[in-house]
Amino acid sequence: MNKKQKRNLIRIIVSGVLLVGISIIFKMFPTNLFVLKLAVYILPYAVIGYDILYKAVRNIFHGQIFDENFLMSIATVGAFILGEYPEAVAVMLFYQVGELFQSCAVERSRKSISDLMDICPDYANVERDGNIEEVLPEEVAEGETIVIKPGEKIPIDSVVTEGSSEINTSALTGESLPREVNIGDNLISGCINGRGLLKAKTTKTYDNSTVAKILDLVENSSLRKAKSENFITKFAKYYTPAVIGLAVLIAVIPPLLFHGEWSKWIEQALIMLVISCPCALVISVPLSFFGGIGGGSKKGILIKGSTCIEALSKAEIAVFDKTGTLTKGNFKVTAVHPKEYSEEKLLEYAALAESFSDHPVSISLKEAAKQNLDSGRVTENEEIAGHGVISKIDGKTVAVGNGRLMGKVGAEWHECHKTGTVIHIAIDGIYAGHIIISDEIKKETKPALKALSDLGIKRKIMLTGDKKSVAESVSKELDISEFYSELLPADKVSNVEKLMKEKAVGKSLLFVGDGINDAPVLTLADIGIAMGALGSDAAIEAADVVITDDNPEKIAIAVKLSKKTMQIVKQNIVFALAVKIIIMLLGILGIANMWLAVFADVGVSVIAILNAIRCSKVE
Amino acid sequence: MKKVYKLENLDCANCAAKMEEAIQKIDGVTSANVSFMRQRLTIEADEEIFEDVIAKAQKACKKIEPDCTICV
Repeated sequence: MNKKQKRNLIRIIVSGVLLVGISIIFKMFPTNLFVLKLAVYILPYAVIGYDILYKAVRNIFHGQIFDENFLMSIATVGAFILGEYPEAVAVMLFYQVGELFQSCAVERSRKSISDLMDICPDYANVERDGNIEEVLPEEVAEGETIVIKPGEKIPIDSVVTEGSSEINTSALTGESLPREVNIGDNLISGCINGRGLLKAKTTKTYDNSTVAKILDLVENSSLRKAKSENFITKFAKYYTPAVIGLAVLIAVIPPLLFHGEWSKWIEQALIMLVISCPCALVISVPLSFFGGIGGGSKKGILIKGSTCIEALSKAEIAVFDKTGTLTKGNFKVTAVHPKEYSEEKLLEYAALAESFSDHPVSISLKEAAKQNLDSGRVTENEEIAGHGVISKIDGKTVAVGNGRLMGKVGAEWHECHKTGTVIHIAIDGIYAGHIIISDEIKKETKPALKALSDLGIKRKIMLTGDKKSVAESVSKELDISEFYSELLPADKVSNVEKLMKEKAVGKSLLFVGDGINDAPVLTLADIGIAMGALGSDAAIEAADVVITDDNPEKIAIAVKLSKKTMQIVKQNIVFALAVKIIIMLLGILGIANMWLAVFADVGVSVIAILNAIRCSKVE
Repeated sequence: MKKVYKLENLDCANCAAKMEEAIQKIDGVTSANVSFMRQRLTIEADEEIFEDVIAKAQKACKKIEPDCTICV
């Protein structure tokens, strides 16, 4: 609670105690002296309501006639005139309780976003002419060397040139396990350095760094307002004057036309005024969206605005990019089929033969061999473009490559039933077997796809630039019925364009990509989700939702969160309107009282706010 | 030109909506957005009269919620 809120709390307590005390005294010693009653009840009323009355008068001079201060003032002053002193005080008291509650809830939500803003680095230690200077991150140029001390925030995207450490990425990804970094590894700005001292060369300027892009995204997340948010502000514009008009009619018509009692119908009109305040609606809708955005950011799901939540909740078709999204995007040895030799021996030969290459295939072979290979055993090494390599290892001639190379060395080879890249090996001209290298499916992919089905996204489509056979086996394993393979980036755009036309009216299409080469598709889809896109500023800009790590389960969490948020928004709108309309009807019939009206205003606000806070909870 | 300002003492969501509408009506403003939750005013207006527009916006906000100020 801030100072203002604490002061208001004290006012509420003082006024409440006074009200109860005075009421008890008058119960014990009844009096008909209304001047005395008025004089005593004015005290708690003044304590709790002076600022409202002041604001009401001041705002009238500013041309703001029908604001909530005015409504509360006229309703309570009216109650005083009618002789309902305790009610008048109580209405003002409850109104203030509701206001206090609301301001605490808003502050809490505002804080959750400013916590996220904490990733903003204040300074950078830059090495210039052998000295280390502390400068603003904006002043560091691309390619300069920065020093990151233990516990400091990484100010700019960079590459480690000296030292090693562990990096805490939790502020960005929600992932609590620290990540190890060594020389040559990329550093993402906004993360916190662990125990080691690091020297790094900046790869971007601050403005193009991840941290600046994310801050920009969060800062502007409230700019894109959802339909329901705009609906409610428009609604409020007409609602209040309409109810006030109605109140005037209620005060005047029954007494004039049907010989009703003036005091009774004026009271009913005042009740109308109390419920005419649109606060509950106006506050609860943006608060719900804000809660949803805040809840997502805690999980490493950055959502660009309430429009995105709305669109996400209506997703019907999900389109996935394969590599890097459904699969890990790193190639691994998935099968070894030797002839005569053991699996280990075959791998060893293949890795040795490829030991001079940096090709992804060679790297995965070396990784799979799992032992320190002595490249001194390789005496000759010849690379044949489009075929593979021929090496002399331990005096044996080892050919590692595709079928064409096998034909060249005269080895009798055969195809493999497994999909992936097939590496054939021949030793001394005799076929020795083959090794399959393929992209691994992420272990979270399957549960994530199932969760999406459960959330009503039945149609899933995979797009890939990969070979048809590979696409087929991946889609079979993941149970994805539709796939398009061997696509160029431009083909992905035209495929998504076509799919956009196939969705039902009012539904949306979501596209998930890893942000590499798919920015046009991310923009084109109703909702573009960029996964693991922390390094790619183009993806952060193009996407509607950024998932900071590469866990596909977060897609389902994001959809679930958006559905929950939309549901809470609808609940709040329906609930608040229903209660108000019912009490309004009772007022028209002349059977509503002031207590009911206070509930319709403050009670509904409080319930709607409590409901809105649920949006930020994600399991 | 587009600029973002912090709004201090923005306490009422309905007022935020009213301010947004009032600022949008100022001459020279291309777009205006008041975010109640972020306490931010984003305003896009002609460069030459930008300062004038901000002064008018300040006035409009004061009229709706006297406690609220645009931090320039």
